[in-house]
Amino acid sequence: MSTTAASANGHDGSLVLSARDIHKRFGDVEVLKGIDIDVAKGEVVALIGASGSGKTTFLRCVNMLEEYQAGTIRVGGEPIGYHEEGGRRLRLPEATVVRQRADIGMVFQSFNLFPHLTARANIMLGLTKVRGKSKAEAGAIADRWLERVGLSDRKDHYPYQLSGGQQQRVAIARAVSMDPRLVLFDEVTSALDPELVGEVLTVMQDLAKSGMTMLVVSHEMLFVSSIATRVVFMDGGRIAEQGPPSEILKNPKSERLRSFLGRFHGVLR
Amino acid sequence: MMTLFQPGHFFYEVWIARGVLLSGLAITVASAASIIAIGLSVGILGGLCLTYAARPIRWVMRAYVDVVRGTPVLVLIFFVFYGTAIIGIDVSPFVAGVLAIGGFCVAHTAETVRGALESIPQAQSDAAKAIGLGFWGRLVHALGPQAVRRALPPWINTAVEMVKGTTLLSLIGVVDLLLAAQQAVSRSFMAMEFYGACLVVYVVICLGISQLGALVERRLAYIRY
Repeated sequence: MSTTAASANGHDGSLVLSARDIHKRFGDVEVLKGIDIDVAKGEVVALIGASGSGKTTFLRCVNMLEEYQAGTIRVGGEPIGYHEEGGRRLRLPEATVVRQRADIGMVFQSFNLFPHLTARANIMLGLTKVRGKSKAEAGAIADRWLERVGLSDRKDHYPYQLSGGQQQRVAIARAVSMDPRLVLFDEVTSALDPELVGEVLTVMQDLAKSGMTMLVVSHEMLFVSSIATRVVFMDGGRIAEQGPPSEILKNPKSERLRSFLGRFHGVLR
Repeated sequence: MMTLFQPGHFFYEVWIARGVLLSGLAITVASAASIIAIGLSVGILGGLCLTYAARPIRWVMRAYVDVVRGTPVLVLIFFVFYGTAIIGIDVSPFVAGVLAIGGFCVAHTAETVRGALESIPQAQSDAAKAIGLGFWGRLVHALGPQAVRRALPPWINTAVEMVKGTTLLSLIGVVDLLLAAQQAVSRSFMAMEFYGACLVVYVVICLGISQLGALVERRLAYIRY
């Protein structure tokens, strides 16, 4: 159903992310109870839902920051983290997982810039140590991205010298400069002062327009409605409803989604 | 001026004993340096084992750290010194003593390194993973520098303790600065003067180390959150 949603949206149909029946347990608690999601190239898919519904956990599974117990996540067709061998599910070698992560960008709620590196060096680290680029080349790429997120004049600042919004823009630049197939955004504006949210959303809007494939966990409903090509509503570890933002946000079918969106009333209409 | 260097005067006695005092100082410095070098190199490895190694290795390291940290250094020194003699390994008192205190330093350093690494927020490790760094890449480029910043103050403390701990070597017959001074005292009976001079020398060495530590700390002060 989701693949059809993607092609109906006019995308070229080549799937960047395809997750099938993902189950994830923390001890006895099953937090993901069978998630199926497809994301086509250039799509911006927003994951919404109450806290505890499994949005962040799913995002972390895509990047193998969390292990998952059943199901298959494919990025660019390649199974992430696990493979089947003789009917048994085995974790891929660490080196493979590390390589796979390099092609999946991630931006965190709490920015997580490296405190011992300047803004520019934060971006350069992956380019030099993972992508094997020369310092000069990595520096040029970092400068280009810093300009695009509007921080050229802050490139030699350390994270503690930057505002939350500036740190998050550097973190976005750090993720996208690696030229990933897919970028995961995990509630990237939730830790920001309200007046700093806008500058980060503007950067994300710019990326979305440029055709970047994005999977975005967000509570910014206005933002979701303006940039998402599809909205996925998660509830209790399952996908309860999905579709284009106009449908999901304006005409929710399920009671759960109605009551969830009720908390944002006024923002949407 | 001449009276300062007449028999019965402190400076005269120092001059007479200059050979043994200087070699004592050299032994003190050499043993402290060796102990710190052993502690740092093996201790960092030990700390990595405590933090990241597979369970059996971690357990062995944990047992080592707990036993050694729970033992008085002097007991360790006697244990290694007489132990090696009993099982027929011929090592000098200097080597036995340095190994014993070095082993003690390893335990403390390992624990400091573990504490520093584990105190770094998990999110830092996640961020390093997310840009595609492998284990060693994460350690060297993302977590290591932050761990150094966190480990330095407690570790400088350890280093200073080790310098002071070298005085225990005199108890197994190593003629360090303290024992050299003791010998000078037994000839001159100038206990206050010689032990006072010892005190000054130890304070200077320890102060030097902690000042060096403070300097490095200031250099790393830019690592903030």
